[in-house]
Amino acid sequence: MALQGFGGVLAVVQREIVDRKQWMTRQEFLEEWSVAQIMPGPNVINLSILMGNRYFGWRGSCAAAAGILTFPLLVLLVLALLFSGVSDVPAAQGAMRGMGAVVAGLIAATGLRMIEGLRQNAMGAMVCAALAVTAFILIALLRLPLAWALPALGSLACLWAWRQIRRLEARGRPEVPR
Amino acid sequence: MTVSLSAWDWTAMLLHFMTLSLLSVGGAITTAPDMHRYLVREHPWLSDAQFSSGLALAQAAPGPNVLFVGLLGWNVGLNHGGFGMALLGLGVTLGGMLIPSSLLMFLTARWGHRNRDLRAVRAFKQGMSPIVVGLMVATAWLLTSAHTDPLRDWPLWTLTIIAALLVWRTRIHLLWLLAAGAVLGALGWV
Repeated sequence: MALQGFGGVLAVVQREIVDRKQWMTRQEFLEEWSVAQIMPGPNVINLSILMGNRYFGWRGSCAAAAGILTFPLLVLLVLALLFSGVSDVPAAQGAMRGMGAVVAGLIAATGLRMIEGLRQNAMGAMVCAALAVTAFILIALLRLPLAWALPALGSLACLWAWRQIRRLEARGRPEVPR
Repeated sequence: MTVSLSAWDWTAMLLHFMTLSLLSVGGAITTAPDMHRYLVREHPWLSDAQFSSGLALAQAAPGPNVLFVGLLGWNVGLNHGGFGMALLGLGVTLGGMLIPSSLLMFLTARWGHRNRDLRAVRAFKQGMSPIVVGLMVATAWLLTSAHTDPLRDWPLWTLTIIAALLVWRTRIHLLWLLAAGAVLGALGWV
């Protein structure tokens, strides 16, 4: 399964687990996926740990994570070795430079796509934009270590989100007197 | 590029990647700027070209994107000398990146499923998501700004912007874009 996932395995995993093997419903899959996403760590690895654990305990988790990593890792090392064999050739260097530029665009686009998900964010558009821009400035321009920039900015953001969600919930509840 | 790492350097690298593992909200790629800072700028154990070609290879290859982390360690080991060291580097970076977050995921697996509606869980998710967007764009920025000469490098910048727009706005398959980038690069156009 892992070998089919060019540029990310999620779509393949979903098709296999939900549509073909029918180990879980689409709804269950989405729930597990959202848990896998908010936790630190690679999403697909987190997802395989969740699913492995669900059916087979910790052995299942280890098997699922190892399964999704082993063969792609071998393929990648072979590719890296092949590339290092020709890394002095200008055309190969150029090809890698071109692919690197595409990958940079791809990563930016993955981030931009997530903006649509921010529309329902309890913090509102302005705060979300300010947080994203601040994160960009801290990491890309000031090049601060993530180990203190992320906890500092992240805890502020989470506290603010917590406060806003509580407000929205209070407003949405009919028994709250005006 | 030849570098020399002591046993202490390897330990420090392992600890650094284990920290990054617990910070990698939104996936391993959001910690790529910090890996760049640590491996390329601070020490330097990797060249800029090695860093970005590692990322590019891992994206072009099948499988989870987190494997680029292992490839970075592999290249640090190769710079140090020999395949044994490369394997050590691979184990240090990829192991460091995977083990802490996986343990945490495992321990919270049941808790998270039962408490997915808790306000704290939702606040964490909603508070973090705009930051993840900022980190993604920062990663792309660092990859692109490694090319510093505007007169010579403007085609690369253009290619990055076009690729970003295509991926953002269309459903074109990633492999076509990577192949196009490789061909343009090999022909010397970018």
